[in-house]
Amino acid sequence: MALLEVMNVGIAFGGLQAVSQLDIKLEKGHLYGLIGPNGAGKTTVFNLLTGVYRPTEGDIILDEKNITGKSPAKINQAGIARTFQNIRLFGEMSVLDNVKIGLHNQIKYSAFTGIFRLPGFKEKEQEMDYKALKLLKIFDLDTVAQSPASSLPYGKQRKLEIARALATNPKLLLLDEPAAGMNPSESEELMNTIKFVQKEFDVAILLIEHDMNFVMGICEHIYVLEYGRIIAQGNGESIRNNPRVIAAYLGGD
Amino acid sequence: MEFLSYLINGISLGSVYAIIALGYTMVYGIAKMLNFAHGDVIMVGSYLVFIGINQMGIPPLVAIIISMVACTLLGIIIERFAYKPLRGASSLAVLITAIGVSYLLQNLALLFWGSDPKSFTSVVTIPPLKLANGQLVISGETIVTIVTSTVIMIGLMLFVNRTKVGNAMLAVSEDKGAAQLMGINVNYTIALTFAIGSALAAVAGVLLCSAYPTLQPTTGAMPGIKAFTAAVFGGIGSIPGAMLGGVLLGIIEILSKAYISTQLADAIVFAVLIVVLLVRPTGLLGKKINEKV
Repeated sequence: MALLEVMNVGIAFGGLQAVSQLDIKLEKGHLYGLIGPNGAGKTTVFNLLTGVYRPTEGDIILDEKNITGKSPAKINQAGIARTFQNIRLFGEMSVLDNVKIGLHNQIKYSAFTGIFRLPGFKEKEQEMDYKALKLLKIFDLDTVAQSPASSLPYGKQRKLEIARALATNPKLLLLDEPAAGMNPSESEELMNTIKFVQKEFDVAILLIEHDMNFVMGICEHIYVLEYGRIIAQGNGESIRNNPRVIAAYLGGD
Repeated sequence: MEFLSYLINGISLGSVYAIIALGYTMVYGIAKMLNFAHGDVIMVGSYLVFIGINQMGIPPLVAIIISMVACTLLGIIIERFAYKPLRGASSLAVLITAIGVSYLLQNLALLFWGSDPKSFTSVVTIPPLKLANGQLVISGETIVTIVTSTVIMIGLMLFVNRTKVGNAMLAVSEDKGAAQLMGINVNYTIALTFAIGSALAAVAGVLLCSAYPTLQPTTGAMPGIKAFTAAVFGGIGSIPGAMLGGVLLGIIEILSKAYISTQLADAIVFAVLIVVLLVRPTGLLGKKINEKV
């Protein structure tokens, strides 16, 4: 049984059919790419998978559980985490606190315990600090743990978003243009980090990216979206030579 | 010496404003709405303490705790039934609902407890503190108010900045969508904010009525408006801002009463607010909002 099965999912905004007949099957622990021309509906697919949008048709099954129409918070708890195309960190909070927000549902104590600092409070907070710092270390962010997130340079903010998403202990990680705005050496480094994360955390990854070298470089299986429909899928080589994909990108009939 | 005494009274009144302002500012930060019924929760809390002590003979401390619990529930109920259905509605609709809830609470109080002012007996039993050969007298109410407010403010800062639940509140106030996608239950967080704000309102009510012992259904209205002013003054949405704004407002009010005019004191307070907002539109500690061009 696949980790994530998207069956015949579609969404219409008024009269505009943004995504239709979407079928995606992701296996546990693999790396997938989602590409397509601008406006093809890639981010809409992410919003459907994470519950920001409720599909107007079809079903989304995660680990044999139907998560269609669940709230974003419930879907996150079920095991899907994401990053954003335009970075959405909690800019005024520290780098460490951003990751601790991701740990929110991993370590639990009640609001009452927090207000009155009941027994167990300190241990739980320390455990969170420890786990968060361990994650930050993987991304080389542990030295700036106390800085406000907004003070980090762009590339590090992108990394912090991935760390924060990983803190929610996902089975599936969605990365929306992780290499956007990075120079070649930065994106090379990011590629290695993503590969490392996939192995270390045994997590399936689906990423949107425009940088073809990046996508071809790390994705085992690629979906191509155009006008809200999957027009092709397969490994890098078959996508590169697919006439429909070339036509979608370069125009043609 | 006289000045010092006024200053201390100002800090005392100001700390009560600050506690009320915290309720406004936290709710605004998280739910992006102005809860104008907040002042009336103070009134309900005070009536409950009054009934507990004067009519049922409960010890003051127990009465206060009961009142805090009741106000917490009241805050959650108001949020659940009046504001939650309007989430995502225009802010004007929410604002008018809040004013409606405010009138509802005032009129329910009128119905249950009548319009004649009750004389609130102070819950403070500490004797006044005499300093400098009796030239400076600080009343027990003032001491209790300042101590209680300080404890509440420190506690709240610790809770918000150093616990995961408090951090979740900060995250929701910064970016509701992103917080949700990190698995935070936004509805729970908003309800919790109302609960904490309302519990603080109950405490503020008791402190206020101990110092100014007239209790009637409109008792909460004026402190509510002033605390809202204090929150805007300090920068609405900012917790340290509400504390600073509240204390400053209290000091300005008392000093104007003492040295300028008792009648004009409120006018002066609001005039200062206007001046501050002209110079710093986001309040003293408010964030500068950079508009994207």
